[in-house]
Amino acid sequence: MTKKGRFGIHGGQYIPETLMNAVIELEEAYNYYKNDPEFNHELTALLNEYAGRPSRLYYAEKMTKDLGGAKIYLKREDLNHTGAHKINNVLGQVLLAKKMGKTRVIAETGAGQHGVATATAAALMNMECEVFMGEEDTKRQSLNVYKMRLLGAKVYPVTTGTATLKDAVSETMREWTSRISDTHYVLGSVMGPHPFPTIIRNFQAVISKEIKEQCLEKEGKLPEVVLACVGGGSNAIGAFYHFIEDKNVQLIGCEAAGRGIDTFETAATIATGKLGIFHGMKSYFCQDKYGQIAPVYSISAGLDYPGIGPEHAFLHDIGRAQYVAITDEEAVCAFEYLSHTEGIIPAIESAHAVAHAMELAPAMSKGKIMVINISGRGDKDCAAIARYRGEDINE
Amino acid sequence: MSNIKKAFANGKAFIPFITCGDPDLETTKELIEAMAAAGADLIELGIPFSDPTAEGPVIQEASLRALAGGVTTDKIFDMVAEVKKTLDIPLVFMTYANVVFSYGAEHFISKAASLGIDGLILPDLPFEEKEEFLPFCRKYKIDLISLIAPTSRDRIAMIAAQADGFVYCVSSLGVTGTRSVITTDVGAMVDLVHKAKDIPAAIGFGISTTEQAKNMAAKSDGIIVGSAIVKIVGQHGKDAVPYVADYVRKMKAAVSSAVY
Repeated sequence: MTKKGRFGIHGGQYIPETLMNAVIELEEAYNYYKNDPEFNHELTALLNEYAGRPSRLYYAEKMTKDLGGAKIYLKREDLNHTGAHKINNVLGQVLLAKKMGKTRVIAETGAGQHGVATATAAALMNMECEVFMGEEDTKRQSLNVYKMRLLGAKVYPVTTGTATLKDAVSETMREWTSRISDTHYVLGSVMGPHPFPTIIRNFQAVISKEIKEQCLEKEGKLPEVVLACVGGGSNAIGAFYHFIEDKNVQLIGCEAAGRGIDTFETAATIATGKLGIFHGMKSYFCQDKYGQIAPVYSISAGLDYPGIGPEHAFLHDIGRAQYVAITDEEAVCAFEYLSHTEGIIPAIESAHAVAHAMELAPAMSKGKIMVINISGRGDKDCAAIARYRGEDINE
Repeated sequence: MSNIKKAFANGKAFIPFITCGDPDLETTKELIEAMAAAGADLIELGIPFSDPTAEGPVIQEASLRALAGGVTTDKIFDMVAEVKKTLDIPLVFMTYANVVFSYGAEHFISKAASLGIDGLILPDLPFEEKEEFLPFCRKYKIDLISLIAPTSRDRIAMIAAQADGFVYCVSSLGVTGTRSVITTDVGAMVDLVHKAKDIPAAIGFGISTTEQAKNMAAKSDGIIVGSAIVKIVGQHGKDAVPYVADYVRKMKAAVSSAVY
């Protein structure tokens, strides 16, 4: 039997039979439209004119000098419309859904960035939109809940389980099984059943395509290191993809260690998880010895997920990418550092990558180039970080 | 003839589902015995999973109650071993792929077979992925049950032709849970199954009343009821046994009164 959508042993389609024809239909539509000049022309126009691509590759001169090692560039995905890389995937998927004749999109969201991006694209393309968000996250990110409603979406707080991202994914999958014919599930990361990890990776791969072109133009060579934060892993795979064949480019994913990988309050899947089957895919998951999914924790709602996309699991297996775990405290320090050093407030998710860069850059020689993917902007996190530092401010 | 085939040998089958360990394993054992005595032909034993994506709120909550109470796969195996000392009713496990996978697929399936479990239902294991577990199920002679859904259409013949035990026909879109009306043409789904293979087809999802039971049984070889029973257990806790037995008796009578 042919096994579809595999990255080594990872991936696959572990979903209820009710959804099988839906993912088959999606795969067929994607395979058709990805080669359709009109679809690609429309998508490029949306990415450039609406989302503001290409995003800048910014030389962080002060940070470079301060750390005294590698030359540091920031890939400014935070400057995209809606403030994160999520829009790249969402414009692609919502346009695809529209071509498929769907009139309604549903999505899960953690920090709210993917929900806001989906609500935005739905407003633009006249689609009905419903977003499922863990109740805990609706509290942590109340501004994003308001934004989604403002954009015309319905937001459902999910109260089951740990009331965070994994529960939002489960609930959106349940919703999809109850209404399929007019509805597309806009999955937000490179996870879930085939063909989602491949489709989403391809929509996010624009990040590494641009980094490569911009770096060659500015430096005449490829970077030595590319760093990105990893929850499900969509901004990271986007930043890595076009470098996978360039074996001299080191690829590093930064997971959320939460309060530490030796505690139960962590979301570092590669560091603490084991092989499993969940949310439609085989990959690594934080779980107990009986396969019960662990209640994970991170200060970052966007990295607070017990699994990792199957292509990352594969890149880890073959040693092509390294994965490191960054604690809440390290990420918060990096959040503050980038803000006062470069005047750029990164998303707390992206700050996990900045934190590792701060450790790595001083040990690299001055001719070496490091690219950090700043996957999103940090406005949404300011109140929570203030609280983390003991300051009670109103949002 | 496999034990599962036997469950369908005496007219239409009534198949109740319960979540193991809700509210505790002692009650689960009593429920199995009482349901068998009340006329159940085959019993589905749910091994709770933390994130059951195919379940509605009733079974989700039961799963979390059971896990919070400390139930594990090993403790459920021990309970089944106890039950099987005195009871010969066919039993199948219903759980999620990760519960089997994380235990070690061969380890889980060989252990279940040695306890006298007859089948395995995994709602997140479609036809395309069944090779993950099927070789072990065949080796240890456990039927890996195939599901078909209202959206399956042209897939029904393919799935049914390779099915073992019985075919689980999902009556409605969405997750498990009681429904006031079932709008799918389940009769047509069952006919497609029978055209593809001489195998029993049982209907599940959404059935709670005796009237629905009779109607669905008339269109199939048996019916499966989960949420309605789990709800009774949720309401009465450790005292649920007589209420569940009474419900099973009524449902079995309704199923038996159905004719093609």
